Amino acid sequence: MIKIHDISKVFNQGQPNEFWAVRGITLDIDVKRVTVLRGPSGSGKTTLLSMIGCLSRPTSGRIFLGERNLSGLPERFLTQIRRETFGFIFQRFNLIQGLTVLDNVMLPAYPLAPDHGALVQQAHALLEQFGMAAKRESKVEWLSGGEAQRTAICRALLNDPQVLIADEPTANLDTRLSQEFMHIIDELKAAGRTIILTSHDPVVSDAACVDRVITLRDGQVQDS
Amino acid sequence: MSHFVRRQRYLIDFTLASLGRRKGKNLGLLGVYTLIVFLLASVMLFSQSLRREAGLLLENAPEVVVQRMVAGRHDLIPADYLERIGKVRGVVAKYGRLWGYFYDPAVQANYTLLVPRDRQIKNGEMIVGHGIARTRGLGAGDYLTFRSAQGQSFAFRVADVLASDAELVSADLLLVNEADFRAFFGITAGMYTDIALEVRNPREVRKVAEKLSVMLPDTRPILREEILRTYDALFQWRQGIVFVLLGGSLLAFVIFAWDKASGLSAEEKREIGILKAIGWETGDVIRMKFWEGALVSLGAFLLGYLAAYGHVFFFDAALFAPVLKGWAVLYPRFHPQPFVDGLQVATLFFFTVFPYTVATVVPIWRAATTDPDAVMR
Amino acid sequence: MPGPTVTARPRHIARAGTLPLLLLAVAAALFVASLIDAAWRGSSTDLASSRKLVAELNLTDLALFTEARYTRHLSQADRHTPFQDHPLALDHFPSGSLVPPPQRLQQP
Repeated sequence: MIKIHDISKVFNQGQPNEFWAVRGITLDIDVKRVTVLRGPSGSGKTTLLSMIGCLSRPTSGRIFLGERNLSGLPERFLTQIRRETFGFIFQRFNLIQGLTVLDNVMLPAYPLAPDHGALVQQAHALLEQFGMAAKRESKVEWLSGGEAQRTAICRALLNDPQVLIADEPTANLDTRLSQEFMHIIDELKAAGRTIILTSHDPVVSDAACVDRVITLRDGQVQDS
Repeated sequence: MSHFVRRQRYLIDFTLASLGRRKGKNLGLLGVYTLIVFLLASVMLFSQSLRREAGLLLENAPEVVVQRMVAGRHDLIPADYLERIGKVRGVVAKYGRLWGYFYDPAVQANYTLLVPRDRQIKNGEMIVGHGIARTRGLGAGDYLTFRSAQGQSFAFRVADVLASDAELVSADLLLVNEADFRAFFGITAGMYTDIALEVRNPREVRKVAEKLSVMLPDTRPILREEILRTYDALFQWRQGIVFVLLGGSLLAFVIFAWDKASGLSAEEKREIGILKAIGWETGDVIRMKFWEGALVSLGAFLLGYLAAYGHVFFFDAALFAPVLKGWAVLYPRFHPQPFVDGLQVATLFFFTVFPYTVATVVPIWRAATTDPDAVMR
Repeated sequence: MPGPTVTARPRHIARAGTLPLLLLAVAAALFVASLIDAAWRGSSTDLASSRKLVAELNLTDLALFTEARYTRHLSQADRHTPFQDHPLALDHFPSGSLVPPPQRLQQP
């Protein structure tokens, strides 16, 4: 269970362009479920997502991962938790250009320094599962949108995270690929992972596997 | 411990794969950097070696050479000065030296003619230095003809050639006997080029020089320690060409470092954000960048130094020969002795590796320490 | 979506760092070898015949710069020798730029 208690985030505090992206949000996110954060741009959903996933810190409030208070942890522990618990899929995939698919997938495990052979096998197994094994030596800039998406998914899953986080995952995909993506999400949910998505794409929020949709507006939750 | 090593290995893998994305550019960078190190190390090794050799070779130069000055210029010294020196305490031997220059217009070469004290040379014969023999293709029995000061032709037959491994001190020497020398240059019997003194105790040399300057006011003494110091200074890094090269190379290093330190592109910032977002710690990112700077500069240092070592000690500093030769026709063929001054190597290492590595790491500091959520935007 | 495929398992994936690190290690070993070589070979036995000649002929200078008289015998030069031909004749030999004046002339 991920508990969010009165979280706020402000940018440029004290300056003329001060902006409260998130104001006083309190939420509980269920494990092993698919939760979608919906809302227009500027509603704070991406900010909230990055705080849940330990990519940034709230200005005030607390986030609990199970029994653990994430807000007070020093950077090193936060990174460790991020690495072990969360897998990220970014809107623009954010793969490292110029490296191969396999290299990109293996990157999250580098700080853990596992045995190289075992790491390669693990990455390869993931690529096989998502049909990308044949392209493992291709440079990522030559991949199609769907292939890049699947590479990003493999990378997110490398450290076997409990929670998968995806920010606008279908923004750069057509309808068919978007539906395929939600199909993958369904399979991952069946495998026991917690999934949090942000999207304003109805293909995502209306999908069958979605358990809960939270609407955000102007940094606050809309009761719907 | 081995976890740490494995982790660094992974970071090195990433940084080298990252450099490999622009293979041509980065190899070119490494190449130029190596070339600069090569140049600097070559000069350093060469001058160090020569400095030491000069010191060793000239250890046996005469302790005091007395030169006569007329109107501030070096002039011939009369033989009766030898008597005037008389019995100075500490001087075990004194004798006049005969030597001079001859410009041979046929080959535009300068020779040094010298009268040896202990060798017997017949009239009309000469012993040539190996450099002359090599350049003019002479062997025993060949003749060289020169025009004297009076316009006469003097023919000398080569009786012998000096040792080939002594070219550094004797490449351009022509040894003739005293009679031929005097006749050729038109120097009368009572004059010498200068006077050499042998002083047994090195601590007494200065006192002898002081006494001489009182005794013979129109002369000046040249001490062996001054000779050694002249050559020592010649090959010192603080002077002349070595200093200019050092300055130029340092400037090149600074330019490299400046280019590296002049901030990150948006792409680089984004990549650091991505790495942090997928689970790399700040320390990992910084160490990864450190490896990039350290490996490139270390590679440049090692390759440049090894190439320089080979160049100077296995190819006899072939690239410097034209520089040192200048307009000379005679240039000695010699093999620099391998001699390495640890301090200079360490200094070169420091200047090659340290600034570049620091310049690679410092600009990413800020990017590495910020929260990765900027990547989300 | 293409389902799970079976592709040949990678037997050995080359790591980007392997070759460069190996080359660096070789270069480092050669570097150490060069230091040992310098310590080993830097003896004065090869200079023996030159040293003998210097002692025998009372030589005072190396025959490195033979293009001009004042560069040939550096230690014997005085202030006039570079301008030997004419008071305004500038130092025009290339070696002149490499060679500093003898030490004693630099002292007051």
